[in-house]
Amino acid sequence: MVGIVGKKLGMTQIYREDGRAYPVTVIEAGPCCVIQVKTIEKDGYEAVKLGFIESKEKKINKPEAGMFKKAGIKLYRILREFRTGGLAVGDFVTVEKFAKGDKVDVSGVSKGKGFQGVMKRHNFSGGPASHGSTFYRAPGSIGASSYPSRVWKNQKLPGHMGSERVTVKNIEVVEVKAEQNLLLVMGAVPGANGTIVEIKKEK
Amino acid sequence: MNLVMAVEEAYRKDMTEFNVGDTVRVSVKVIEGDKERIQPFDGVVIAKRGGSTRETFTVRKISFGIGVERIFPLFSPSIHKIDVLKRGDVRRAKLYYLRGKKGKAAKVKEKERVFEQKRTQSE
Repeated sequence: MVGIVGKKLGMTQIYREDGRAYPVTVIEAGPCCVIQVKTIEKDGYEAVKLGFIESKEKKINKPEAGMFKKAGIKLYRILREFRTGGLAVGDFVTVEKFAKGDKVDVSGVSKGKGFQGVMKRHNFSGGPASHGSTFYRAPGSIGASSYPSRVWKNQKLPGHMGSERVTVKNIEVVEVKAEQNLLLVMGAVPGANGTIVEIKKEK
Repeated sequence: MNLVMAVEEAYRKDMTEFNVGDTVRVSVKVIEGDKERIQPFDGVVIAKRGGSTRETFTVRKISFGIGVERIFPLFSPSIHKIDVLKRGDVRRAKLYYLRGKKGKAAKVKEKERVFEQKRTQSE
């Protein structure tokens, strides 16, 4: 597996050989420095910790500063762990690890929607808008009466929506611009522009 | 956002300059089976929208008495070339009012070429 941390820059469209326009998301990914290597013997599992976007000393707390000092590398603002091996502390992961046509999974925190009703949150159909109807966007019945005499767990109800970790799977890498550290992936990825995303490629 | 624009710039190519109101001939590449040929589409540009490489334009023509509109992405690889047949003199950015008009009323006034030449001389 190859993993890299990136920043969603925005969306645009590009034309491909078949003459059609395709929607793409531009992600500024890496270079990510390996800060720590976790091994089965020591940590019980295999992983690497990657740092993305360099930081200033005063912005980092002491435990983290100690970790960077131990590794003997620069300070990084964003840390993410990937279940992969074959890398050493101080190595850099760049977009060159990805190629055009690769299928990747992209994870990030989705846009917050606030407190939403059941129609937006759970795709309920709602009621008729006219003809004397007064049942517009309400959830309707939320369960039976004497049995179970309570509301079942996981009943779909209004509440907070968005701002959660979302993964889009198997999206195609359309282009890799190594000199600018850019990855172009097909379609949308979670979050607003500027969101930190994790990109994974299963081998 | 600048890096996104840099990505778009790579897909930009030199296109013929034209404006809303102009009568144009759009040569479209059509793929039939494994053969490719060029099909012209003549008409009045009634709208342009979008910026950068996302720009599109709408061409309207009357085909056998029926109004036909086609929306083309400006930088689409399927557009072979665009020829300007007439320069139109219009006061609006969107000529949607042409849709409700027929015959002579649906005509776009042509820009006087003399005036255009004078202006380029004075500049």
